[in-house]
Amino acid sequence: MMEWETVIGLEVHVQLATKTKIFSGASTAFGAAPNTQACAIDLAMPGTLPVPNEQAFRYAVMFGLAIDAEIGKCSVFERKNYFYPDLPKGYQTTQLDAPIVGPGHVEIQLADGSTKSIRIHHAHLEEDAGKSLHEDFHGMSGIDLNRAGTPLIEIVSEPDMRSSEEAVAFARKLHSIVTSLGICDGEMSQGSMRFDVNVSVRLKGTEELGTRTETKNLNSFKFMEDAIKLEVERQIDLIEEGGEVVQETRLYNGETKTARSMRSKEEANDYRYFPCPDLLPVELDDDYIDAIRQQLPELPDARQARFVEQHGLSDYDAGMLAADAATAQFFETATEQCGDAKLAANWVMGEVSAHLNNEEKGIKDSPVTALQLAGLIARIKDNTISNKIAKQVFEAMWNGEGDADAIIEAKGLKQMSDTGELEKIVDEVIAGNPAMVEDWLASDEKKRKKKMGGFMGPIMKATKGQANPGMVNQILSKKLNDML
Amino acid sequence: MDRSDIAKLAELARIEVSEATVDEVAKSITDVLALVDQLQAADTEGVAPMAHPLDATQRLRADQVSEDNRREQFQTQAPAAEQGLYLVPKVID
Amino acid sequence: MHNLTIAELIKGLGNKDFSSEELTRHYLNRIQRLDGNYNSYISVTEDIALEQAQAADKRLAAGEAPALCGVPIAHKDIFCTNGVRTSCGSKMLDNFVPPYDATVVENFRNDGAVMLGKVNMDEFAMGSSNETSFYGAVKNPWDTNCVPGGSSGGSAAAVAARLAPAATATDTGGSIRQPASLCGLTGLKPTYGRVSRWGMIAFASSLDQGGPMTRTAEDAAIMLNSMASFDAKDSTCVDHELSDYTASLNDSIAGLKIGVPKEYFSEGLNPQTAERIQAAIAEYEKLGAQVQEISLPHTHLAVPAYYVIAPAECSANLSRFDGVRYGYRCEDPKDLADLYKRSRGEGFGEEVKRRIMVGAYALSAGYYDAYYRKAQQVRRLIKQDFVDAFQDVDVIMGPTATAPAFEFGAKSNDPVAMYLEDIYTIATNLAGLPGLSIPCGLVDNKPVGLQLIGNFFAEAKLLNAAHQFQLATDFHTLTAPGIE
Repeated sequence: MMEWETVIGLEVHVQLATKTKIFSGASTAFGAAPNTQACAIDLAMPGTLPVPNEQAFRYAVMFGLAIDAEIGKCSVFERKNYFYPDLPKGYQTTQLDAPIVGPGHVEIQLADGSTKSIRIHHAHLEEDAGKSLHEDFHGMSGIDLNRAGTPLIEIVSEPDMRSSEEAVAFARKLHSIVTSLGICDGEMSQGSMRFDVNVSVRLKGTEELGTRTETKNLNSFKFMEDAIKLEVERQIDLIEEGGEVVQETRLYNGETKTARSMRSKEEANDYRYFPCPDLLPVELDDDYIDAIRQQLPELPDARQARFVEQHGLSDYDAGMLAADAATAQFFETATEQCGDAKLAANWVMGEVSAHLNNEEKGIKDSPVTALQLAGLIARIKDNTISNKIAKQVFEAMWNGEGDADAIIEAKGLKQMSDTGELEKIVDEVIAGNPAMVEDWLASDEKKRKKKMGGFMGPIMKATKGQANPGMVNQILSKKLNDML
Repeated sequence: MDRSDIAKLAELARIEVSEATVDEVAKSITDVLALVDQLQAADTEGVAPMAHPLDATQRLRADQVSEDNRREQFQTQAPAAEQGLYLVPKVID
Repeated sequence: MHNLTIAELIKGLGNKDFSSEELTRHYLNRIQRLDGNYNSYISVTEDIALEQAQAADKRLAAGEAPALCGVPIAHKDIFCTNGVRTSCGSKMLDNFVPPYDATVVENFRNDGAVMLGKVNMDEFAMGSSNETSFYGAVKNPWDTNCVPGGSSGGSAAAVAARLAPAATATDTGGSIRQPASLCGLTGLKPTYGRVSRWGMIAFASSLDQGGPMTRTAEDAAIMLNSMASFDAKDSTCVDHELSDYTASLNDSIAGLKIGVPKEYFSEGLNPQTAERIQAAIAEYEKLGAQVQEISLPHTHLAVPAYYVIAPAECSANLSRFDGVRYGYRCEDPKDLADLYKRSRGEGFGEEVKRRIMVGAYALSAGYYDAYYRKAQQVRRLIKQDFVDAFQDVDVIMGPTATAPAFEFGAKSNDPVAMYLEDIYTIATNLAGLPGLSIPCGLVDNKPVGLQLIGNFFAEAKLLNAAHQFQLATDFHTLTAPGIE
């Protein structure tokens, strides 16, 4: 049995959260009717000319600073020539030899808790293409150019990843960085981040890289993971059966979990890059870059450290909460309001996250706000409700039934904490279950503790689950022990 | 420049060159390339390529929306459009 | 009326000697009666012209007339005109009606000029004889068996035949100066970046520059005052101080240092043309200028460098003409490749296709360094020749074209012979310098032009030198035979 090593490099397209296109003043808002946000420049009407968006440069510089990269003080746009209906000019304006972001690195955390540094080769600014809609218009495709000209940074990694897990960790970390910087909305389902994965395999211990394939346009972490696993398996099988990997572009289908070669992208791959004569070199000075550096928002690693320090969270919990800027914000708002970081952390990572995942929602779309969650946690803390009841309340909050207090009130879920009331019920249960009492009295000390739990069922039933479990325990224990 | 070179260039430039004219096209492009080949004699050792006549640098634009939706007007120019989309023969990836 | 210069028309309109409507009707009438002989117009915009003329008359009457109020001009059909078909001399854009104005068109409108129509040109401005237009060749009013020069042949023929007092034009390798020379006119190519390229359909972005085609240097100065502007929509437009180009026309040129490049009098120059040029330079000496021989050692490399750079840029600039969003689309494309290849194959003429293919070749894998990069290096050497020369002289003078107008068909089957037509004009485009051609006599009853080349943004100096020559001579007043 040969032992194989996987080598993975990523090219990540990140849509920048600018208001307008990279070369025109048309809006980049998502979801507009087709071609309503494609202006004369985006449509490549004759005689139109590009003027670059300063904010796109600012965002790219922020990314460069976040990954500790050299910033390209003189970057140059080039034309990459190819014909495609979603590319109106017949060339993509991009950067090649003089990109805005030079070599940098990103630290990822692995499952075993260790960290690994992934090198970034460079990141460059470029324009996005439009979309071909394949619904049938009498055998034709429809072209929507709203997306054409949306600013992208393409982040190109070195082939430093050795497994799909590492690749996903890297991708998640990039997501975490760009959303923390606020330079990308991170909405994967809207294509705000798309991954091309370069995969090759080689015998463990060998230096030379195998022939790689590129699987294009993966827009979820899950698809990326599956596509890599599938491709690694395919390549190993191919080689072990005496075949050879062919350098090619592949397309992964997330629904069928299959991939195929994209031969149409193969032919005539001669892009004839040359400097765009409609644009001049972009020079950024130290003052500009320093000013951006000084306003850089908190990055995920720093935030994680702060959560450990300030909120007393474990490294793991802090890492989970700090990764996504919106989640971190949610957690911090809830914590601030309820004053209990640990409970807030548990709830955000637990119920909130589970419900969001279930409905494939981002935290920004959570029906339960951070303030509402804090209101619920406050009722747990002051013993108004138990943890168990709290989940019931959360469910109702999720369904839009109102704040925690209103739901507790409306549904009469308030915990029974009246000592006299509880003593009465405990007495009734003891009186009504003589056999259980006999059994308890006859047991040894060790077993008594366990058997005491048997009384909880009838007590909770009698109180419709609203008895404060701690108080019941205290009262029951005292009364039983008094009978010894 | 032979016929296959012209075929390759025609493909790259997405221009149909008819069978009847391909030899003529090959000859004229060969002539032009002979003219530009005079460049090879120039001593350009250490000379930086010049993309623009002026040593100017790029101005950047503020990120403000300045364009309205003019789809209907733009699409009066389209050879084929429907439901706001430009139509082309089926795109196959 | 049609023999008056723009300077005289402005006076006449101001003095109410005639109204703009009378003047405009006079020209529209001439165009209708006479342009059949020259084919200088592609579109005559009679309704717009009369409407603008009437509006101009109101402003004149109200005493609030801007600089060119009521003066009729023609636009080269390369400048986009809102609502008026803009063909660029090509079948590709035969049906194209831009929904926007070129900045140049807007500038003239703001200054009150009246648009008579759109004038003929070589297809996409590629040609030196105006024989490549989809709308047919333009005839030289001096000899209708001869070409008017190109690519602004329609601009030149219209002004020479008195079918427009002046016209806009563009110059990528000599396309204003050479037709001016062949038609006995004054034609100015300004410094690259002086006139906005927004809405001017691009041929070669780093070389294209708009400028005026007029009868006198004074008219050229008046036209440039409107044409030149800083335009934020064109990234390559220079924010350079705008001057009143008429202000220094009457300055003395005593002591003006003129450099005459020996390379511009090489064997390719028609001996009679050389005589006229030498005589014109002698006239300058009489006016007090100091003449010295200079050398521009890389002159012989200008045409080869140009025929790499211009085709390379045009190969990308013309990729947008793909039959998808506007312009010509072939009948019943059977698939996407067929749509592209036939729309472009049928929509473009032979010269345009040739240049696109040469450009694609020069940029393609394996040839980029030998052709494109090499040409860019040579371009710097050529610019440096001029920079060095302008250390010692104020203006460089020499022939504009190698000979007077040639007959139709003389060079149309030999692209290289046609390319060499621009041997004296191309270097200034590569360097980005301003150049001017003025009439300096006849050879075989056809006009010959003297070229003046200035330093960057020295248009006022060139116009001053040209105006002083025209005060002392009457070559610019010669009218083509048979012009009513």
